Amino acid sequence: MSEHPSYLRVLLTFARNSLVRDMTFRGNFLIDAFSSMSWVFMNLGFYVLIFEYTPMLGAGTGWGKYEFFVFLATTLIINSLVQTFFMTNADEFGELIRTGSLDFALLKPIDTQFLVSLNRIEWSSLGNFAVGLLLLAYALGKIDYSPGPAQLVLYPVYVLCGVAILYSLMIALAATSVWLGRNQTLYDFWFYITNFSRYPMEIYRGPFGTPLRRVFTFLIPVLIVVNVPARMLVRPLDPRAPEDFLLPIFAILATIGSLAASRWVFGRALLSYRSASS
Amino acid sequence: MLARAATWWTILRISLEERLVYRGDFALGTLMRFMPMITQIFLWGAVFSGLYVASGSRPQIAGYSYHDFIAYYLLTMVSRAFSSMPGLASGIARDVRDGTVKKYLIQPIDMLGFLLLYRIAHKLVYYVVAAGPFALVFYLLRDFFPGWPDAWTVACFLASLVMSFLLGFYLEATIGMLGFWFLEVSSLLFVYMLFNFFFSGHMFPIDMLPGIWGDLVMMIPLQYLAYFPAAVFLGKVSGPELAWGLWVQLGWVVFFILASRLAFFYGLRRYSGFGG
Repeated sequence: MSEHPSYLRVLLTFARNSLVRDMTFRGNFLIDAFSSMSWVFMNLGFYVLIFEYTPMLGAGTGWGKYEFFVFLATTLIINSLVQTFFMTNADEFGELIRTGSLDFALLKPIDTQFLVSLNRIEWSSLGNFAVGLLLLAYALGKIDYSPGPAQLVLYPVYVLCGVAILYSLMIALAATSVWLGRNQTLYDFWFYITNFSRYPMEIYRGPFGTPLRRVFTFLIPVLIVVNVPARMLVRPLDPRAPEDFLLPIFAILATIGSLAASRWVFGRALLSYRSASS
Repeated sequence: MLARAATWWTILRISLEERLVYRGDFALGTLMRFMPMITQIFLWGAVFSGLYVASGSRPQIAGYSYHDFIAYYLLTMVSRAFSSMPGLASGIARDVRDGTVKKYLIQPIDMLGFLLLYRIAHKLVYYVVAAGPFALVFYLLRDFFPGWPDAWTVACFLASLVMSFLLGFYLEATIGMLGFWFLEVSSLLFVYMLFNFFFSGHMFPIDMLPGIWGDLVMMIPLQYLAYFPAAVFLGKVSGPELAWGLWVQLGWVVFFILASRLAFFYGLRRYSGFGG
């Protein structure tokens, strides 16, 4: 028997167990998937309405109706992946700390962050993933520009980078409940911060917008999450401005940096953890 | 009569004190609620700049200029502060399900009256704590407002806010009372919240909706929870239309008071409690 557990096999077991649990309550599963999709459709309706009135989101930005739908589809794909794999777990993590059940996770012979982060997989959130893919295909068919092979290869890579950045932010915020006890406001904070990632970064301009864009690009890199992959598909790869070229490179660095930072916060949180009972 | 007033006063006082326990978290949460506003300002800025290039001078969307839009969103936050009732319907349904509702049956307290006082207390505390953040944000964004409307309009605005509180309360209470029949109302509540978010005017001014959609949305009571008070303040509704709007709002309030009372009355006949 080997010393280390096979992480892949553990992950597959988590996935299987979650699926079995979901399929036990099939009606609930369908309602979950259906209800999150209805939010998506309502939102889509809102943007259709906006583009009834304006041809472009910001003068000269190039984000027309279908370009923005590519952006929106990317947001959907990334968010659904985060929700499927991490959201419930990060939520649970705060609870584990508060109730002291984290003891059981610490005792298991596997990396605690891995165990805590992927324990439960929310299959019903993949409904939005499918909607995102369909919307992406539809919107790409409607725009004149078609991305080349390099862009099609890089797109999923940057989608994963986006997921990794959001995950880092989420797990780091959840870990702070070790120090704060309760973190309801922090979750709201997460929601409000990621709110910034939902629109093209070009809309943040002017004396207030520019500093805001810098903060959410370089300090808390949520603007990169959707912007980099979405631009990848709707714009030619050859850079027109140095920014077009530097941003994707920075996105890789930001992903590595975010993951490392969240790992560090997680480790510090575990060191400060004092079991609640026993 | 006096004894009853004393009871209500005690309920109000206890609820006030309970609400003030987590005031720090509460004030911070209020300020954060304005954060999506920042994105809205930039989003509509971008929409209007795109429109400006396409159409030229001083673009408007459904009669709203860019400034009107921002003012509108800020005002809907005020109306939402009156009309939103977090946890009311689900709380009532839970009380029905786990039997807590028995407490109102054996004690000489009217359930809806108690819940209303409890909400009033929560809202009062909320206004005291939120007044600071609200004043700050309104002050910072004062240039987006066309200026103060006349006293009559302000009076109508305040009246529509108070009614939006009552409408929000009784509408959600009615949904909660359906718990007597369905036990679990979370799916129903989800649909309600979805419609509320999009068609009360919280997400966008509902007069933006074209054709039949706009007419339909204007017919349902949701607009009085966010859109109507804001539209009154901005002078979008005035004259006889304003008076009519206020009467219709009052009509909906009365309708849902009766509906919730009826649902409670008939719900109790179905209800069976076990154990102690």
